[in-house]
Amino acid sequence: MSGQVFLPLLKRDLLLAFRRRSEVLQPLIFLLVVVSLFPIGVGPGPQILARIAVGVIWIAALLATVLSLDSLFRSDFEDGSLEQLVISGHPLALVALAKVLAHWLVAGLPLVLLSPLLAVWMNLGEGGLMVLVISLALGTPILSLLGAIGSALTVSLRGGGQLLSLLVFPLYVPILIMATSAVTSATDGLPYLGQLGLIAAGLVAALTLAPWAIAAALKLSLE
Amino acid sequence: MLQANQLLIERHFEPVFAPVDLQVQARELWLVTGANGAGKTTLLRLLAGLLRPSNGSVRCTAPAMRFLGHALGLKEDLTVTENLAFAAALNGRGDLSLDDAITEVGLDEARFQAARTLSAGQRKRCALARLLLSPATLWLLDEPYANLDAQGVGLVDRLLEGQLSRGGSCVMSTHGALRPPDLPYRELVVQRAVARV
Repeated sequence: MSGQVFLPLLKRDLLLAFRRRSEVLQPLIFLLVVVSLFPIGVGPGPQILARIAVGVIWIAALLATVLSLDSLFRSDFEDGSLEQLVISGHPLALVALAKVLAHWLVAGLPLVLLSPLLAVWMNLGEGGLMVLVISLALGTPILSLLGAIGSALTVSLRGGGQLLSLLVFPLYVPILIMATSAVTSATDGLPYLGQLGLIAAGLVAALTLAPWAIAAALKLSLE
Repeated sequence: MLQANQLLIERHFEPVFAPVDLQVQARELWLVTGANGAGKTTLLRLLAGLLRPSNGSVRCTAPAMRFLGHALGLKEDLTVTENLAFAAALNGRGDLSLDDAITEVGLDEARFQAARTLSAGQRKRCALARLLLSPATLWLLDEPYANLDAQGVGLVDRLLEGQLSRGGSCVMSTHGALRPPDLPYRELVVQRAVARV
Protein backbone atom coordinates (compact mmCIF):
# COMPACT_ATOMS: atom_id res chain seq x y z
CA MET A 1 0.00 0.00 0.00
CA SER A 2 1.68 3.16 -1.13
CA GLY A 3 0.43 6.66 -0.62
CA GLN A 4 -0.02 8.75 2.47
CA VAL A 5 -2.97 10.09 4.27
CA PHE A 6 -2.14 12.66 6.93
CA LEU A 7 -0.60 15.51 4.94
CA PRO A 8 -2.70 15.16 1.77
CA LEU A 9 -5.89 15.07 3.82
CA LEU A 10 -4.83 18.04 5.94
CA LYS A 11 -3.98 19.99 2.80
CA ARG A 12 -7.28 19.03 1.15
CA ASP A 13 -9.34 20.04 4.16
CA LEU A 14 -7.58 23.38 4.48
CA LEU A 15 -8.11 24.02 0.77
CA LEU A 16 -11.80 23.10 1.13
CA ALA A 17 -12.10 25.43 4.11
CA PHE A 18 -10.55 28.20 2.05
CA ARG A 19 -13.01 27.56 -0.80
CA ARG A 20 -15.96 27.86 1.56
CA ARG A 21 -14.52 30.53 3.80
CA SER A 22 -17.85 32.23 4.37
CA GLU A 23 -19.12 29.07 6.05
CA VAL A 24 -15.95 28.73 8.08
CA LEU A 25 -16.19 32.32 9.27
CA GLN A 26 -19.75 31.99 10.54
CA PRO A 27 -18.90 30.43 13.94
CA LEU A 28 -16.25 33.10 14.53
CA ILE A 29 -18.65 35.91 13.74
CA PHE A 30 -21.18 34.19 16.01
CA LEU A 31 -18.57 34.23 18.77
CA LEU A 32 -17.85 37.92 18.27
CA VAL A 33 -21.53 38.80 18.25
CA VAL A 34 -22.35 36.78 21.37
CA VAL A 35 -19.48 38.24 23.37
CA SER A 36 -20.17 41.78 22.22
CA LEU A 37 -23.84 41.46 23.22
CA PHE A 38 -22.93 40.92 26.87
CA PRO A 39 -21.74 44.46 27.67
CA ILE A 40 -25.01 45.68 26.13
CA GLY A 41 -27.13 43.15 27.96
CA VAL A 42 -25.70 43.28 31.47
CA GLY A 43 -24.61 46.90 31.33
CA PRO A 44 -21.15 48.31 30.73
CA GLY A 45 -20.16 48.39 34.43
CA PRO A 46 -16.49 47.33 34.43
CA GLN A 47 -16.70 45.30 37.64
CA ILE A 48 -19.58 43.08 36.57
CA LEU A 49 -18.05 42.53 33.14
CA ALA A 50 -14.68 41.62 34.58
CA ARG A 51 -16.34 39.08 36.90
CA ILE A 52 -18.18 37.27 34.10
CA ALA A 53 -15.56 37.80 31.36
CA VAL A 54 -13.91 34.37 31.45
CA GLY A 55 -17.17 32.48 31.63
CA VAL A 56 -18.69 34.41 28.75
CA ILE A 57 -15.67 34.05 26.49
CA TRP A 58 -15.27 30.35 27.22
CA ILE A 59 -18.96 29.53 26.82
CA ALA A 60 -19.06 31.46 23.56
CA ALA A 61 -16.01 29.46 22.47
CA LEU A 62 -17.82 26.20 23.30
CA LEU A 63 -20.88 27.27 21.33
CA ALA A 64 -18.82 28.37 18.35
CA THR A 65 -16.92 25.07 18.34
CA VAL A 66 -20.08 22.97 18.47
CA LEU A 67 -21.56 25.05 15.64
CA SER A 68 -18.64 24.19 13.41
CA LEU A 69 -18.41 20.55 14.51
CA ASP A 70 -21.61 19.41 12.87
CA SER A 71 -20.12 19.76 9.41
CA LEU A 72 -16.80 18.12 10.31
CA PHE A 73 -17.56 14.71 8.79
CA ARG A 74 -20.91 15.41 7.14
CA SER A 75 -19.79 16.30 3.63
CA ASP A 76 -17.26 13.46 3.58
CA PHE A 77 -19.98 11.09 4.67
CA GLU A 78 -22.48 12.28 2.11
CA ASP A 79 -20.26 12.42 -0.97
CA GLY A 80 -18.60 9.06 -0.35
CA SER A 81 -15.15 10.43 0.50
CA LEU A 82 -15.34 8.76 3.89
CA GLU A 83 -15.84 5.35 2.28
CA GLN A 84 -12.83 5.97 0.09
CA LEU A 85 -10.75 6.94 3.11
CA VAL A 86 -11.81 3.81 5.00
CA ILE A 87 -11.13 1.54 2.05
CA SER A 88 -7.76 3.12 1.29
CA GLY A 89 -6.44 0.99 4.14
CA HIS A 90 -4.74 3.83 5.95
CA PRO A 91 -5.18 3.88 9.72
CA LEU A 92 -8.50 5.56 10.37
CA ALA A 93 -7.17 7.13 13.56
CA LEU A 94 -4.66 9.04 11.43
CA VAL A 95 -7.48 10.15 9.13
CA ALA A 96 -9.39 11.36 12.19
CA LEU A 97 -6.38 13.21 13.55
CA ALA A 98 -5.79 14.99 10.25
CA LYS A 99 -9.44 16.04 10.03
CA VAL A 100 -9.46 17.28 13.63
CA LEU A 101 -6.22 19.19 13.15
CA ALA A 102 -7.65 20.87 10.05
CA HIS A 103 -10.80 21.70 12.02
CA TRP A 104 -8.82 23.19 14.87
CA LEU A 105 -6.67 25.27 12.51
CA VAL A 106 -9.71 26.90 10.93
CA ALA A 107 -12.09 26.97 13.92
CA GLY A 108 -9.99 26.81 17.09
CA LEU A 109 -6.85 28.76 16.32
CA PRO A 110 -8.63 31.94 15.14
CA LEU A 111 -10.59 31.79 18.37
CA VAL A 112 -7.36 31.76 20.38
CA LEU A 113 -6.02 34.66 18.34
CA LEU A 114 -9.22 36.67 18.79
CA SER A 115 -9.39 36.12 22.54
CA PRO A 116 -7.21 39.12 23.57
CA LEU A 117 -9.64 41.40 21.75
CA LEU A 118 -12.58 39.73 23.48
CA ALA A 119 -10.79 40.09 26.81
CA VAL A 120 -10.49 43.83 26.26
CA TRP A 121 -14.19 44.10 25.39
CA MET A 122 -15.10 42.25 28.55
CA ASN A 123 -12.68 44.29 30.66
CA LEU A 124 -10.79 41.22 31.84
CA GLY A 125 -7.98 42.16 34.22
CA GLU A 126 -4.41 42.44 33.00
CA GLY A 127 -3.29 39.39 34.95
CA GLY A 128 -5.91 37.16 33.40
CA LEU A 129 -5.28 37.96 29.75
CA MET A 130 -2.24 35.75 29.22
CA VAL A 131 -3.78 32.88 31.17
CA LEU A 132 -6.99 33.15 29.14
CA VAL A 133 -5.03 32.87 25.91
CA ILE A 134 -3.04 29.90 27.21
CA SER A 135 -6.16 28.16 28.52
CA LEU A 136 -7.84 28.59 25.13
CA ALA A 137 -4.73 27.44 23.26
CA LEU A 138 -4.64 24.27 25.37
CA GLY A 139 -8.39 23.85 25.67
CA THR A 140 -9.74 24.39 22.14
CA PRO A 141 -7.89 21.37 20.71
CA ILE A 142 -9.62 19.27 23.40
CA LEU A 143 -12.95 20.75 22.31
CA SER A 144 -12.20 19.76 18.71
CA LEU A 145 -11.06 16.25 19.64
CA LEU A 146 -13.95 15.41 21.97
CA GLY A 147 -16.44 17.09 19.68
CA ALA A 148 -15.20 15.07 16.73
CA ILE A 149 -16.20 11.88 18.57
CA GLY A 150 -19.75 13.20 18.85
CA SER A 151 -19.67 14.43 15.28
CA ALA A 152 -18.54 11.01 14.03
CA LEU A 153 -21.25 9.28 16.06
CA THR A 154 -24.06 11.49 14.77
CA VAL A 155 -22.93 11.92 11.16
CA SER A 156 -25.32 9.32 9.78
CA LEU A 157 -28.32 10.58 11.72
CA ARG A 158 -30.96 12.99 10.55
CA GLY A 159 -30.88 16.11 12.69
CA GLY A 160 -27.65 14.94 14.27
CA GLY A 161 -26.74 18.52 15.10
CA GLN A 162 -29.01 18.82 18.12
CA LEU A 163 -28.00 15.42 19.40
CA LEU A 164 -24.38 16.38 18.93
CA SER A 165 -24.67 19.33 21.30
CA LEU A 166 -26.44 17.16 23.89
CA LEU A 167 -23.67 14.58 23.64
CA VAL A 168 -20.75 16.92 23.68
CA PHE A 169 -21.55 19.69 26.16
CA PRO A 170 -21.41 17.43 29.26
CA LEU A 171 -17.94 16.32 28.16
CA TYR A 172 -16.85 19.94 27.96
CA VAL A 173 -17.78 20.73 31.56
CA PRO A 174 -14.45 19.72 33.19
CA ILE A 175 -12.47 21.83 30.72
CA LEU A 176 -14.77 24.79 31.34
CA ILE A 177 -14.31 24.46 35.10
CA MET A 178 -10.53 24.21 34.89
CA ALA A 179 -10.18 27.07 32.42
CA THR A 180 -12.41 29.53 34.26
CA SER A 181 -10.82 28.57 37.56
CA ALA A 182 -7.33 29.18 36.15
CA VAL A 183 -8.18 32.60 34.76
CA THR A 184 -10.08 33.70 37.88
CA SER A 185 -7.15 32.62 40.06
CA ALA A 186 -4.77 34.56 37.86
CA THR A 187 -6.81 37.78 38.05
CA ASP A 188 -7.04 37.35 41.82
CA GLY A 189 -3.29 36.86 42.05
CA LEU A 190 -3.53 33.23 43.12
CA PRO A 191 -1.52 30.31 41.68
CA TYR A 192 -3.07 29.00 38.48
CA LEU A 193 -0.47 26.62 37.09
CA GLY A 194 -2.23 23.59 38.56
CA GLN A 195 -5.40 24.17 36.56
CA LEU A 196 -3.43 24.86 33.38
CA GLY A 197 -1.46 21.68 34.01
CA LEU A 198 -4.69 19.72 34.26
CA ILE A 199 -5.91 21.17 30.97
CA ALA A 200 -2.58 20.24 29.38
CA ALA A 201 -2.91 16.72 30.76
CA GLY A 202 -6.42 16.57 29.34
CA LEU A 203 -5.06 17.64 25.96
CA VAL A 204 -2.45 14.87 25.99
CA ALA A 205 -5.08 12.32 26.98
CA ALA A 206 -7.54 13.51 24.31
CA LEU A 207 -4.81 13.61 21.67
CA THR A 208 -3.80 10.02 22.32
CA LEU A 209 -7.21 8.46 22.91
CA ALA A 210 -9.76 10.46 20.91
CA PRO A 211 -8.48 9.51 17.41
CA TRP A 212 -9.26 5.86 18.11
CA ALA A 213 -12.69 6.68 19.46
CA ILE A 214 -13.38 8.84 16.38
CA ALA A 215 -12.20 6.05 14.08
CA ALA A 216 -14.47 3.52 15.78
CA ALA A 217 -17.41 5.93 15.64
CA LEU A 218 -16.84 6.58 11.93
CA LYS A 219 -16.82 2.86 11.19
CA LEU A 220 -20.07 2.48 13.07
CA SER A 221 -21.66 5.34 11.18
CA LEU A 222 -20.80 3.79 7.82
CA GLU A 223 -22.67 0.57 8.61
CA MET B 1 -8.28 -12.92 -4.70
CA LEU B 2 -11.59 -12.50 -2.98
CA GLN B 3 -13.53 -15.20 -1.24
CA ALA B 4 -16.93 -15.05 0.36
CA ASN B 5 -18.46 -17.93 2.26
CA GLN B 6 -22.17 -18.13 3.05
CA LEU B 7 -22.18 -14.36 3.24
CA LEU B 8 -25.27 -12.95 4.83
CA ILE B 9 -26.32 -9.68 6.36
CA GLU B 10 -29.42 -8.97 8.36
CA ARG B 11 -31.35 -5.74 8.56
CA HIS B 12 -33.96 -5.56 11.29
CA PHE B 13 -33.46 -9.29 11.92
CA GLU B 14 -34.37 -10.16 8.32
CA PRO B 15 -31.69 -11.36 5.90
CA VAL B 16 -31.27 -8.96 2.97
CA PHE B 17 -30.41 -11.63 0.42
CA ALA B 18 -29.97 -15.39 0.21
CA PRO B 19 -26.49 -16.47 1.43
CA VAL B 20 -23.80 -15.73 -1.14
CA ASP B 21 -20.79 -17.86 -2.04
CA LEU B 22 -18.24 -16.24 -4.26
CA GLN B 23 -14.70 -16.95 -5.30
CA VAL B 24 -12.99 -14.38 -7.46
CA GLN B 25 -9.80 -15.44 -9.21
CA ALA B 26 -7.28 -13.32 -11.07
CA ARG B 27 -8.41 -12.21 -14.56
CA GLU B 28 -12.05 -12.76 -13.72
CA LEU B 29 -14.90 -10.38 -14.26
CA TRP B 30 -17.93 -10.98 -12.08
CA LEU B 31 -21.26 -9.40 -12.78
CA VAL B 32 -23.55 -9.04 -9.81
CA THR B 33 -27.08 -8.88 -11.13
CA GLY B 34 -30.45 -8.76 -9.52
CA ALA B 35 -33.62 -6.73 -9.38
CA ASN B 36 -33.78 -3.27 -7.81
CA GLY B 37 -33.60 -3.66 -4.07
CA ALA B 38 -32.21 -7.19 -4.23
CA GLY B 39 -29.13 -6.10 -2.30
CA LYS B 40 -26.45 -5.65 -4.95
CA THR B 41 -25.05 -2.51 -3.36
CA THR B 42 -25.19 -4.08 0.10
CA LEU B 43 -23.29 -7.10 -1.19
CA LEU B 44 -20.59 -4.93 -2.74
CA ARG B 45 -20.24 -2.91 0.46
CA LEU B 46 -19.90 -6.18 2.37
CA LEU B 47 -17.21 -7.36 -0.02
CA ALA B 48 -15.41 -4.03 0.37
CA GLY B 49 -15.41 -4.46 4.13
CA LEU B 50 -17.59 -1.42 4.77
CA LEU B 51 -20.30 -3.53 6.38
CA ARG B 52 -19.89 -6.33 8.85
CA PRO B 53 -21.58 -9.56 7.80
CA SER B 54 -24.12 -11.09 10.17
CA ASN B 55 -22.97 -14.52 9.09
CA GLY B 56 -20.25 -15.96 6.89
CA SER B 57 -16.98 -14.31 6.02
CA VAL B 58 -15.15 -12.30 3.39
CA ARG B 59 -11.48 -12.90 2.77
CA CYS B 60 -9.62 -10.50 0.53
CA THR B 61 -6.12 -11.50 -0.49
CA ALA B 62 -5.70 -8.83 -3.17
CA PRO B 63 -2.87 -6.46 -2.27
CA ALA B 64 -4.93 -3.41 -3.18
CA MET B 65 -8.61 -2.84 -3.75
CA ARG B 66 -10.62 0.04 -5.21
CA PHE B 67 -14.27 0.60 -4.54
CA LEU B 68 -16.54 2.82 -6.56
CA GLY B 69 -19.96 3.30 -5.01
CA HIS B 70 -23.02 5.35 -5.82
CA ALA B 71 -21.49 8.20 -3.84
CA LEU B 72 -18.44 8.85 -5.95
CA GLY B 73 -16.20 10.37 -3.32
CA LEU B 74 -15.54 13.61 -5.19
CA LYS B 75 -15.31 16.90 -3.33
CA GLU B 76 -17.70 19.41 -4.86
CA ASP B 77 -15.45 22.38 -4.22
CA LEU B 78 -12.30 20.88 -5.69
CA THR B 79 -11.47 20.83 -9.38
CA VAL B 80 -11.13 17.62 -11.34
CA THR B 81 -7.36 17.86 -11.13
CA GLU B 82 -7.38 18.52 -7.38
CA ASN B 83 -9.75 15.65 -6.73
CA LEU B 84 -7.57 13.26 -8.67
CA ALA B 85 -4.35 14.57 -7.15
CA PHE B 86 -5.74 13.84 -3.70
CA ALA B 87 -6.82 10.34 -4.73
CA ALA B 88 -3.36 9.69 -6.15
CA ALA B 89 -1.71 10.93 -2.96
CA LEU B 90 -3.99 8.72 -0.89
CA ASN B 91 -3.77 5.53 -2.91
CA GLY B 92 -0.36 5.85 -4.48
CA ARG B 93 0.26 6.47 -8.14
CA GLY B 94 0.91 4.10 -11.02
CA ASP B 95 2.72 4.82 -14.25
CA LEU B 96 0.03 7.01 -15.70
CA SER B 97 0.37 10.75 -15.12
CA LEU B 98 -2.52 12.85 -13.89
CA ASP B 99 -2.90 14.59 -17.25
CA ASP B 100 -2.93 11.32 -19.17
CA ALA B 101 -5.59 9.88 -16.90
CA ILE B 102 -7.77 12.96 -17.39
CA THR B 103 -7.33 12.74 -21.16
CA GLU B 104 -8.10 9.04 -21.08
CA VAL B 105 -11.48 9.58 -19.44
CA GLY B 106 -12.25 12.51 -21.74
CA LEU B 107 -12.30 15.32 -19.20
CA ASP B 108 -9.64 17.46 -20.86
CA GLU B 109 -11.80 20.53 -21.12
CA ALA B 110 -13.24 20.20 -17.62
CA ARG B 111 -9.84 19.79 -16.00
CA PHE B 112 -10.01 23.01 -13.96
CA GLN B 113 -13.74 22.95 -13.34
CA ALA B 114 -15.02 22.41 -9.83
CA ALA B 115 -16.66 19.02 -9.44
CA ARG B 116 -19.99 20.66 -8.55
CA THR B 117 -20.22 22.18 -12.04
CA LEU B 118 -19.80 18.80 -13.74
CA SER B 119 -22.66 16.75 -15.11
CA ALA B 120 -23.45 13.38 -13.55
CA GLY B 121 -21.71 11.58 -16.40
CA GLN B 122 -18.61 13.75 -16.13
CA ARG B 123 -18.45 13.10 -12.40
CA LYS B 124 -18.58 9.40 -13.07
CA ARG B 125 -15.74 9.77 -15.55
CA CYS B 126 -13.72 11.69 -12.98
CA ALA B 127 -14.26 8.90 -10.44
CA LEU B 128 -13.29 6.31 -13.05
CA ALA B 129 -10.02 8.17 -13.62
CA ARG B 130 -9.09 7.20 -10.06
CA LEU B 131 -9.06 3.56 -11.14
CA LEU B 132 -6.54 4.45 -13.83
CA LEU B 133 -4.32 6.50 -11.56
CA SER B 134 -3.70 4.02 -8.81
CA PRO B 135 -3.55 0.45 -9.99
CA ALA B 136 -5.26 -2.11 -7.81
CA THR B 137 -5.63 -5.80 -8.42
CA LEU B 138 -9.27 -5.87 -7.35
CA TRP B 139 -12.01 -3.49 -8.38
CA LEU B 140 -15.44 -3.41 -6.80
CA LEU B 141 -17.68 -1.23 -8.97
CA ASP B 142 -21.25 -0.43 -8.13
CA GLU B 143 -23.21 0.26 -11.33
CA PRO B 144 -20.26 1.64 -13.29
CA TYR B 145 -22.49 2.22 -16.33
CA ALA B 146 -24.95 4.48 -14.55
CA ASN B 147 -25.17 8.01 -15.98
CA LEU B 148 -22.68 7.35 -18.76
CA ASP B 149 -23.23 8.03 -22.47
CA ALA B 150 -22.33 5.49 -25.17
CA GLN B 151 -18.72 6.67 -25.22
CA GLY B 152 -18.58 6.44 -21.46
CA VAL B 153 -19.86 2.88 -21.56
CA GLY B 154 -17.08 2.15 -24.05
CA LEU B 155 -14.64 3.73 -21.63
CA VAL B 156 -15.73 1.43 -18.82
CA ASP B 157 -15.39 -1.59 -21.11
CA ARG B 158 -11.90 -0.42 -22.08
CA LEU B 159 -10.94 0.01 -18.44
CA LEU B 160 -12.25 -3.46 -17.60
CA GLU B 161 -10.36 -5.01 -20.50
CA GLY B 162 -7.14 -3.34 -19.35
CA GLN B 163 -7.72 -4.50 -15.79
CA LEU B 164 -8.23 -8.12 -16.81
CA SER B 165 -5.23 -8.13 -19.15
CA ARG B 166 -3.06 -6.81 -16.31
CA GLY B 167 -4.08 -9.84 -14.29
CA GLY B 168 -6.50 -7.98 -12.09
CA SER B 169 -10.09 -8.81 -11.47
CA CYS B 170 -13.32 -6.96 -11.00
CA VAL B 171 -16.68 -7.45 -9.36
CA MET B 172 -19.30 -5.07 -10.69
CA SER B 173 -23.00 -4.74 -10.19
CA THR B 174 -25.53 -3.98 -12.87
CA HIS B 175 -29.29 -4.06 -12.76
CA GLY B 176 -29.43 -5.73 -16.12
CA ALA B 177 -30.99 -2.98 -18.23
CA LEU B 178 -27.55 -2.13 -19.56
CA ARG B 179 -25.82 -4.65 -21.72
CA PRO B 180 -23.04 -6.70 -20.17
CA PRO B 181 -19.56 -5.85 -21.43
CA ASP B 182 -18.09 -7.61 -24.47
CA LEU B 183 -15.83 -9.60 -22.23
CA PRO B 184 -16.06 -13.07 -20.80
CA TYR B 185 -17.74 -12.76 -17.45
CA ARG B 186 -19.27 -14.82 -14.71
CA GLU B 187 -22.54 -13.91 -13.20
CA LEU B 188 -23.75 -13.87 -9.65
CA VAL B 189 -27.46 -13.39 -9.23
CA VAL B 190 -28.45 -11.79 -5.97
CA GLN B 191 -31.78 -13.12 -4.86
CA ARG B 192 -34.04 -11.65 -2.32
CA ALA B 193 -34.08 -13.72 0.81
CA VAL B 194 -37.13 -15.85 1.39
CA ALA B 195 -39.13 -14.03 4.02
CA ARG B 196 -39.42 -15.88 7.27
CA VAL B 197 -42.98 -16.33 8.36
